[in-house]
Amino acid sequence: MNDRSSLDEFDGGPGLLGPPHAPRGREEGTRAALIAFASTVIFIVVALWAILTSNAWPAVQKQFFNWDHFVAVFPEVLGGFWLDIKMFLFAEVVILAFSLMIAMIRSLRGPAFFPLRALAIIFIDLIRGIPVILLILLLGFGVPALQLPGVPKSALFWGLTALIISYSAYTAEVYRAGIESVHESQRMSARSLGLTQGQALRYVIVPQAIRNVIPALLNGFVSLQKDVALVLILGIREAVREADIYAASTFNYTGYIAAALLFLLVSVPVARFTDWYTDRDRRKKQSVST
Amino acid sequence: MTTPKLELRGVWKAFGDKEVLRDVGLVVDHHDVVCMIGSSGSGKSTLLKCVNLLVPIDDGTILLDGADITASGVNQNRVREAMGIVFQSFNLFPHMNVLDNITLSPRKVHGVPRADAEEKAKGLLERFGLSEKVVEYPDRLSGGEQQRVAVIRALATEPDLMLFDEVTSALDPELVAEVLDVIRGLKDVGMTMVIATHEMGFARDVADQVCFLDQGRILEHGPPKQIFSTPQEPRTQQFLQRIIDAGRL
Ligand SMILES: Nc1ncnc2c1ncn2[C@@H]1O[C@H](COP(=O)(O)OP(=O)(O)O)[C@@H](O)[C@H]1O
Ligand SMILES: [Mg+2]
Repeated sequence: MNDRSSLDEFDGGPGLLGPPHAPRGREEGTRAALIAFASTVIFIVVALWAILTSNAWPAVQKQFFNWDHFVAVFPEVLGGFWLDIKMFLFAEVVILAFSLMIAMIRSLRGPAFFPLRALAIIFIDLIRGIPVILLILLLGFGVPALQLPGVPKSALFWGLTALIISYSAYTAEVYRAGIESVHESQRMSARSLGLTQGQALRYVIVPQAIRNVIPALLNGFVSLQKDVALVLILGIREAVREADIYAASTFNYTGYIAAALLFLLVSVPVARFTDWYTDRDRRKKQSVST
Repeated sequence: MTTPKLELRGVWKAFGDKEVLRDVGLVVDHHDVVCMIGSSGSGKSTLLKCVNLLVPIDDGTILLDGADITASGVNQNRVREAMGIVFQSFNLFPHMNVLDNITLSPRKVHGVPRADAEEKAKGLLERFGLSEKVVEYPDRLSGGEQQRVAVIRALATEPDLMLFDEVTSALDPELVAEVLDVIRGLKDVGMTMVIATHEMGFARDVADQVCFLDQGRILEHGPPKQIFSTPQEPRTQQFLQRIIDAGRL
């Protein structure tokens, strides 16, 4: 009882670091939440005070946080951001399907599939070795310049293609890790039931594999959702490009902040969801194994 | 003389330098039950996987209904469809419920319409006392129930040869009987079976032929009475003595 009360005293202090031990009861849980909340508020107030009273603040505010400029630039940035979202959604769907196909090809066994397997490995190695931005430049400027008949000349098309190819190489490796995490005995059972390699992958291995890698895939979502902005280098007027254009003519960077806010609006919830999902998944697995 | 259901001739198998099957010969007649006994590591699992073509053999031939299934150009998937195998660790598909586990192969491999496959699966589940578990997921079943479902899953494609690899070894003792009863039931309806087992009492009951496997060789084989009562080979005698000492016969 003695050390309990001394602990309580410690908790009752400023509590900037939160409780020193995991909360045990419901009451302690509420207390821990209160302390966490209070310490966060204190932290934010102190940080804001430090920033807003510094000598540099008026200049920073004028350049980055100017309300009038914000109102002026926001419609353009928002329009560009809508394009970012559309690019992201389209690219993500294609990436998820395309990379799964590559990963499945890479997981085929037997000498007959060697050429296919080799192709998949070469693709993954090559693409992962090239910076995304370089691939975007290469395809986005390079291919239209060839003036090939019947080949699209749109920078948007080739910029997206570059993103899709690049992300597919990474995502294929995520899937492959998932496929390899499924126990060999599952493949053997499936084969023993007469399923072909492809059927075993499709109905038995891949569904389990995907479950195992959903957190990693969600992380990829967040990453791609930001990286679609890279196509601005091709002159495509997405959010960052719009902010850039505004900054070039007004020498004010509030547009960048507007764009950043819009990206955060999407990526933070996805990140929180990823954490929540991963946590829930881990707890579920623990409850099964006990 | 009719062609046997299954025949192995001079089968050899090595993993790297380690010879696991050495000149194995075996004849399994229609409706016969053959039990493979032998210490752990003697090659029982490998033998069954070779028959199911899950592991390629290095030399020799395996004949199913007189046809060489180890020849090149054989459609391995078709061969596997004709037999069922059940493993020690139940290996049900954890993301599918009992019904989907059972109907996957009939539907996807044999093209049976879903309704027909499910009706048949339900019939089998009822026959083996698992009617209530139709929509249950594997992690909600006891080990014995999981293994019975695994047997039903293997039976769902109507194989006429069943392979069992120590199917009760991973079970709690009180669950062993329910699984062995299922296999006895299959013997009663004339299923041809090759069974690797450590359950000597069961082997003595159910087998038409017992093979003692030792370091990859079938050292001795014959009717259970002969193998268990008057084993000829010293290695067989030692093995059985160890079993008796462990109180398992
Ligand atoms: N995939 C494999 N790779 C290498 N060695 C193996 C493999 N499978 C089995 N073995 C070896 O082959 C021998 C026989 O194994 P197994 O057939 O499982 O015997 P049993 O089922 O009688 O216990 C063992 O020594 C085992 O280590
Ligand atoms: Mg074994």
